[in-house]
Amino acid sequence: MSTTAIDAAGTTPPEFYCREEAPPRNGTLLGFWIYLMSDCFIFASLFACNAVLGNQYAGGPTGAEVLDLPGLALNTALLLVSSVVFGFAMLEMARRRKGAMLGWLALAGVLAAAFVGLEIHEFLGMIAEGAGPGRSAFLSSFFTLVATHGLHVTLGVLWLIVLMVQSIRFGLNEDNVRRLRCLSMFWHFLDLVWVGVFSYVYLIGVLR
Amino acid sequence: MLVKRLRGLLLLPLLLLGGCNLVLLDPSGDVARQQSDIMITTTIIIAIIIVPVLIAIAIVAWRYRASNKRAKYDPEWDHSPQLELLVWSGPLLIIIAVGAISWIGTHVVDPYRSLDRIAPGQPVPADTKPLDVEVVSLRWKWLFLYPQYGIATVNELAAPVDRPIRFKLTSDAMMDSFFVPALAGQIYTMPGMQTVLHGVINKPGEYRGFSANFSGSGFTDMRFKFYGMDKADFDHWVAKVRAAGGDLDLAAYDKLRQPTRAAPVQYFAKFDADLYRRTLNLCIDPGKECKSQMMAADAGHGAAAHAMQDHAGGDSMAMGPDAPQPAAAPAAATH
Amino acid sequence: MLEAMPHRAAIWNFVFGRLTYHSFPFLNPDTEGRILLVTFFVVFIVGLAILGAVTRARKWGYLWREWFTSVDHKKLGIMYMILGTVMLLRGFSDAIMMRAQQAYAFGPHMGYLPPDHYDQIFSAHGSIMIFFVGMTYIVGLMNYVMPLQIGSRDVAFPFLNNLSFWFTFGGAIMFMVSLFLGDFSMAGWLGYPPVSELQQGPGVDYYIWGLQLSGVGTLLTGINFVVTILKMRAPGMTLMKMPVFTWTTLCTSGLIIAIFPVLTATLFLLALDRYVGTHFFTAGFGGNLMMYINLIWVWGHPEVYVLILPLFGVYSEIVPTFSGKPLFAYSSMVYATVAIMILSYLVWLHHFFTMGSGADVNSFFSLTTMMISIPTGVKIFNWLFTMYRGRVRFTVPMLWTMGFLFTFTIGGMTGVMLSVAPADFLLHNSLFLVAHFHNVIIGGVVFGVFAGVNYWFPKAFGFKLDEFWGKATFWFWLVGFWVAFGPLYILGLMGVTRRLSHFDDPSLQIWFVIAAVGAFLIALGILSFIIQIYVSIRRRREYAVGHDPWDGRTLEWSTSSPPPDYNYAFIPIVHARDAWADMKAHGYERPREGFNAIHMPKNTASGVLIGALAFGCAFGLVWYIWWLAVASLVGVIAVAIAHTFNYHRDYHIPEDEVRQSERSGNWQQAQGANA
Repeated sequence: MSTTAIDAAGTTPPEFYCREEAPPRNGTLLGFWIYLMSDCFIFASLFACNAVLGNQYAGGPTGAEVLDLPGLALNTALLLVSSVVFGFAMLEMARRRKGAMLGWLALAGVLAAAFVGLEIHEFLGMIAEGAGPGRSAFLSSFFTLVATHGLHVTLGVLWLIVLMVQSIRFGLNEDNVRRLRCLSMFWHFLDLVWVGVFSYVYLIGVLR
Repeated sequence: MLVKRLRGLLLLPLLLLGGCNLVLLDPSGDVARQQSDIMITTTIIIAIIIVPVLIAIAIVAWRYRASNKRAKYDPEWDHSPQLELLVWSGPLLIIIAVGAISWIGTHVVDPYRSLDRIAPGQPVPADTKPLDVEVVSLRWKWLFLYPQYGIATVNELAAPVDRPIRFKLTSDAMMDSFFVPALAGQIYTMPGMQTVLHGVINKPGEYRGFSANFSGSGFTDMRFKFYGMDKADFDHWVAKVRAAGGDLDLAAYDKLRQPTRAAPVQYFAKFDADLYRRTLNLCIDPGKECKSQMMAADAGHGAAAHAMQDHAGGDSMAMGPDAPQPAAAPAAATH
Repeated sequence: MLEAMPHRAAIWNFVFGRLTYHSFPFLNPDTEGRILLVTFFVVFIVGLAILGAVTRARKWGYLWREWFTSVDHKKLGIMYMILGTVMLLRGFSDAIMMRAQQAYAFGPHMGYLPPDHYDQIFSAHGSIMIFFVGMTYIVGLMNYVMPLQIGSRDVAFPFLNNLSFWFTFGGAIMFMVSLFLGDFSMAGWLGYPPVSELQQGPGVDYYIWGLQLSGVGTLLTGINFVVTILKMRAPGMTLMKMPVFTWTTLCTSGLIIAIFPVLTATLFLLALDRYVGTHFFTAGFGGNLMMYINLIWVWGHPEVYVLILPLFGVYSEIVPTFSGKPLFAYSSMVYATVAIMILSYLVWLHHFFTMGSGADVNSFFSLTTMMISIPTGVKIFNWLFTMYRGRVRFTVPMLWTMGFLFTFTIGGMTGVMLSVAPADFLLHNSLFLVAHFHNVIIGGVVFGVFAGVNYWFPKAFGFKLDEFWGKATFWFWLVGFWVAFGPLYILGLMGVTRRLSHFDDPSLQIWFVIAAVGAFLIALGILSFIIQIYVSIRRRREYAVGHDPWDGRTLEWSTSSPPPDYNYAFIPIVHARDAWADMKAHGYERPREGFNAIHMPKNTASGVLIGALAFGCAFGLVWYIWWLAVASLVGVIAVAIAHTFNYHRDYHIPEDEVRQSERSGNWQQAQGANA
């Protein structure tokens, strides 16, 4: 008993402290999810800019003129497949098959890296045509939004490499599993954002 | 009128402050007057709840001070549905009242709305045409163009009393706020965009005008005098400006728009007819494509751009001046 | 677009970017240079004295091990409070300089500050006071108090907490460096374009990168606190049993998570315009400055509620404690807090009714703005009814609360005046507005911080703050505030606008002189506060108190003062809202046996390192020293990755040590003077 006193009503007072140490509750997944939500607000701001500035061509090229839809289709396919592949890796992780997991992870990473490579190629092509980010407000918002997403993917690839090294060196311990779960959320989140980018920035950008 | 008496009531203690000129509480133009009335009315309504609360805080705190053992002490009392209802509904009722006034007032004294009266109970006479003034905020001075009279002034504005004034405003580079407290509430001036303000001055006199939005190092001196004049004096003033000569052509304007501090008053007998439109469309520099053309081209999806250029009359000057414009209109109507 | 580099050998431009001999403004032979030179010497000598004292006392190792690398929320909380106080001194010197200039610069007298310098001062004053005084203080209070209030050992992510501090610190240093190296933004505390787009030199870049650093810190803090509150509450503490301060911490953190990314994005776009030549907010090429103003206020308006909500929580702790009864209408208070949090997203446009958005839009935002005053009014009433039928003890924290109730309520009233859109067309940007927001920020935030500091100081250090100097601080601030800002209300009604560095109408001067006197009184208030701290430390034995000096009601008062590293030897179980009052009512006695080893996070140097490297990156960007920026950025990523290779980040405090510290803690001592 935390206390031996009996209160006025004659009932035994309640317990006021835990006698045993409970294992700490881990909030990493929740915390990371909240971080992703906050990242949503960054993208939301950039989407808002694109909504306002998307038709401000300033006499420069329009969306229909510079946006490369076949390239976009390939890019989108790469990223979506990468996301599916990452899902396979997570399944293997749940089965504790490290080797298979690493294989899928590597494939997901390569696909994402290819995505980034294609994007850079597209950007360089546009800049060479004189359609760089400084040409018009439309291009400013286009480059910024797409590049911010690309930067996220790049960091995701870097993170993936680090986690692969750590998984190889330290095994699928509790920490690494948790980190891989976070990265998985990140990966799928970037996919979702890309769906927004390609439907809003590219498709509508070409149409308007 | 109730507001009038209440204004007196409110002014009374402030008058003791030594006769300072509280222009916002006693402006000389009908629009500012209405805005001031709304401010005073809503203040009094809020005071209905604020003043008793302040008194109650003092009384309760004093009465229930720890040393006052005679006051009732009820250490368990922490809720009361009736009081909570009161606590939520009291402020709610006040806000409903203030909100209604604000809603109506916002629409009545909307700066884009052309005036239908020049003073309480005095509709605009049928034969009166509003005075048009085009305002350009420069670094750091005010340029006023009078298209109906063909004259232009810097840092001095004049208008006949009881005649509605219709300002169209834009800016050369910075964002300023055009404000003559005695005349009407302020409005921003922004480069490449046009805002509109309606006002009327009811008493002849000399009033202060200035920029109310910080716009860089010369901002502090960005003041002008606004004169309310009876008709004869105004005609006289126009003649004086004309007599002073000076032609505000594009070359003179380019000189004028260079950043300066505390610019003196200047008069121009005439000005380039295209000056305001080109400032608004960011194409004052020769050879620069105008925003209206660009936007028309954008609307025509690039390829058809040049074909459309000739018909691109779509800048905001083409909008009916009386048409209520929904927002700070971009220089050209978007598609 | 990037500006031209100075004319000199390319190698120098590579090494130093655009930094030149002329970047040291205190070397200029004009008045401005002389002011800065004196400031520089004072800062230099004071800084040298502090560094010397620490070295002489051989405390560097101690500071490094116990403070800089600490992940303890209590120590980080104290460090935030110290940083906030230092920045308050800086921000307040700016205020005094403005008041002096405006009291003097009439007619032929141009004052002692040229406009370019004056513009930097008001820009620095505003941004420092919001970001590095207000935010730093509230994060400090929340850091210290919230984990204790929910019966937790630390926050959810202790390392992140340390990292957040060093990011904030780096941002603060950016602002301080701008004083002596280059210049500062002249674009106001929100950096409106076109001024912020067109200003040449490093000033605006200091502003951007300083805020980006501190913004990252604040965002991480927000995430940290939300997870802490959602995951780490003591058993039995349901959401509706949380102390109100914890509730307000939750709401503020939620707001932070939702708005700081918008600030980050907005400043990033401004940086792109300045560095890369994009056209987000330019006048030509389709850019739109109105978008910046909208975005910055989408962050900026909720931001003022981020600042005030925790202080509402502080008052909600203080009023019940010193009235000797529970908070009146707890649920109303919680709903009011949540309502304010939600409504605060929907009001941003009231900062620019005069942009010409049209009557319908203006009316909508006018109404939503007014609606915020309903839950705020409810709060005022609830505090009032908490005192009703209580036994109100007018201690220093309670005095601040009374000062708040009067001052803030009047500030709220002028706020409703400004929210009426037609009236705002007259009052916008006037000194009336300036008086209003100082009325709510000083009357609400600053008073609340002082109330909170006086209230929780005995918990943090085991002794009370001196009562006499505490009261002196309060009266100087209260009277000083009204003397300083009363005239600004009147000047506002006279149609005087803000941010002017020179006046031509001599009839205004008397009011500015009175306002300067008020600022001087506030200076005495700040001085009294410093004396209060000093005197209290000197007399700490005399002022020593037990664990519960105020007869508190919430959990933090159930552990020793100061609390041990692990906060609670046994995690408390909560049965009622005022958990500690409930425990006391049931005759709770502190356990003396049966201790367990306690699991705690280890300290780490990664936070300091990442913070320093991030500062290096920001500094490189400001001065176009690209090698430094790139190297630092790579460094940040490398240290962060290296940090994740450390899997042994925690340790156990052995049972013996816990027993020892539980017995030596001052729990047993006097139950406090006022109990």
